[in-house]
Amino acid sequence: MNKIRFDLQILADLIKPNAKVLDIGCGSGDLLYYLKKNKNIDGKGMEISHNAVSNALVRGLSVIQGNAEQDLAIYSDNSFDYAVLSQTIQATHNPPKILLEMLRIANFAIVSLPNFAHLQNRLEILFRGRMPVNKSIPYQWYETPNIHFCSIIDFEKLCDDLDLIIVKKIFLTNNHRLIGFFGKELLANLLARYGLFLITKKEFLLSGQEEFAFKNNIRIPYSKAIPSLMQKKVD
Amino acid sequence: MKIYSKFGILNKEIEIGEIDYFAKENPLKLSSGLEISNFPIAYQTYGNLNENRDNAILICHALTGDQYVANQNPITQKDGWWQFMIGEKKPIDTNKFFVICSNVIGGCMGSFGPKEINPKTNQPYGSEFPFLTIQDMVNAQNLLIEKFGISQLHAVIGGSTGGMQALAWGVLYPQKVKILIPMASSYRHSPQNIAFHEVGRQSIMNDPDWCGGNYLLQNKFPKNGLSLARMTAHITYLSEISLQKKFGRDLKNKDGFSFSANKDFEVENYLHYQGNKFVERFDPNSYLIITRAVDYFDLETDFSGNLSSAFVNLSKNQQCKVFIIAFSDDWLFPASESKKLTKAMAVNNINVSLVTIESDGGHDSFLLRNEILEKTLNGILLEN
Repeated sequence: MNKIRFDLQILADLIKPNAKVLDIGCGSGDLLYYLKKNKNIDGKGMEISHNAVSNALVRGLSVIQGNAEQDLAIYSDNSFDYAVLSQTIQATHNPPKILLEMLRIANFAIVSLPNFAHLQNRLEILFRGRMPVNKSIPYQWYETPNIHFCSIIDFEKLCDDLDLIIVKKIFLTNNHRLIGFFGKELLANLLARYGLFLITKKEFLLSGQEEFAFKNNIRIPYSKAIPSLMQKKVD
Repeated sequence: MKIYSKFGILNKEIEIGEIDYFAKENPLKLSSGLEISNFPIAYQTYGNLNENRDNAILICHALTGDQYVANQNPITQKDGWWQFMIGEKKPIDTNKFFVICSNVIGGCMGSFGPKEINPKTNQPYGSEFPFLTIQDMVNAQNLLIEKFGISQLHAVIGGSTGGMQALAWGVLYPQKVKILIPMASSYRHSPQNIAFHEVGRQSIMNDPDWCGGNYLLQNKFPKNGLSLARMTAHITYLSEISLQKKFGRDLKNKDGFSFSANKDFEVENYLHYQGNKFVERFDPNSYLIITRAVDYFDLETDFSGNLSSAFVNLSKNQQCKVFIIAFSDDWLFPASESKKLTKAMAVNNINVSLVTIESDGGHDSFLLRNEILEKTLNGILLEN
């Protein structure tokens, strides 16, 4: 099995080989399984659905059935290189808390989320006057688990408020990656269906351990945090 | 070596399978401080041990289980208690794995237990039998594993009391285990569980035929007490959902109530049936010894109130993976305790997994057919 969903593939590219990875809300373990087979990672998962946990265990993965909002406390500080939260943060009660927890237990957090400010959503509200329902946010308002929608800009603002550094961001449509948005954040916020963020703590960045994240050969638009990073590297 | 042994009220001799004697030279020191030597362990094996001796799986039976996990039980004439789970092309595939299951010491299926003959007196141990702990049982199992020349078990699997044994393996022999699978189990026996056990023990000891534990000498058998102990215990193995589903308020006699204290309800009938079956195969003193061992089990107090320190040594075995399986309607060993156990392991960076399988069979769910349990165990054993 070498094929995974396209956005998971891009997410997987952010992870260095042999790393320790915690996939929060890992489902049946597609990403972990891929990373284990292709990047030899030491992977663990947390998942709320018992059926999904069983499916992951059957594949030889290690998964704890638990609720990401309460149970991340069981992991000790800095026990992972990466904590991954894919398409889930918008469904949590306390996104800031979960972000900080991820960066307590891991050096990097990788978060992907649907961009509520996507053009199609804006048009649906503007012209139909109704809550948007489409491929990236497929639920009616009364049944959606997504209680904390945000836009890409909103999320960046939250990271900034929490004093977290976005090391990389990647913008995605349903099946493509958007590139070339240097400095055109507003455009990305309009056209991207999903945002994918590699985040770390300031302390961690300053300690110079960000080498890998920086070397990773992915073309992405850099956030305002990046120029200082580049400077640091030249030094 | 095979021996014949007498069983319960039937008082007939039955051949029990493989038995070996252990601690012939160095005695085994028990938790109580007593030492035992040249004692028997009765066991069954399935499949073949490979050349590297690294395909062995130890199955630990529950409170009143025995070594007949995957072949016909010579006393009940029924299938082994996990026959659907273990065998060729079954979830625990004996084409691949060498499966060992031994009767715990303190038991009554051929291992060192209170109904066996004390060579010093030539009489059954009876009330002279030493009280044990789960750790003692595991130390004895270790001698059996050594006999096979196995330096590391591929897996140790057990439900309930068997799960406690699996955990004790992780604590006592952390380098000798690769996969631990405690199911419907816990790091301790809860006060509520101890209370139920005490009711069972008192039922036995208050039966006049118990004779202070020496009923065999007096040709008696406290069957009413043992049966009552089993009835009480059996309620705790089921759940409200399972009792409702199995029996509801169904009456034995469709015509209505008998307006007497006789068995009116199907559920009463079932408990009596369980009690009556049990006395045919189980030794009352074994019941006292084993329930006590389970009550004494508490890894948290063993490690000064810090459960996670119980697993520090296990965390040094980088290869080891633990898979904790709980069942949703098990109120005897609730999922919350499995979660606490998981946490204590995770803080040690042990590779631990936890799943609570949806069930309607109560605590006994691990003994029942369950597609998810079967496929999960199969995957864990093959993929790790």
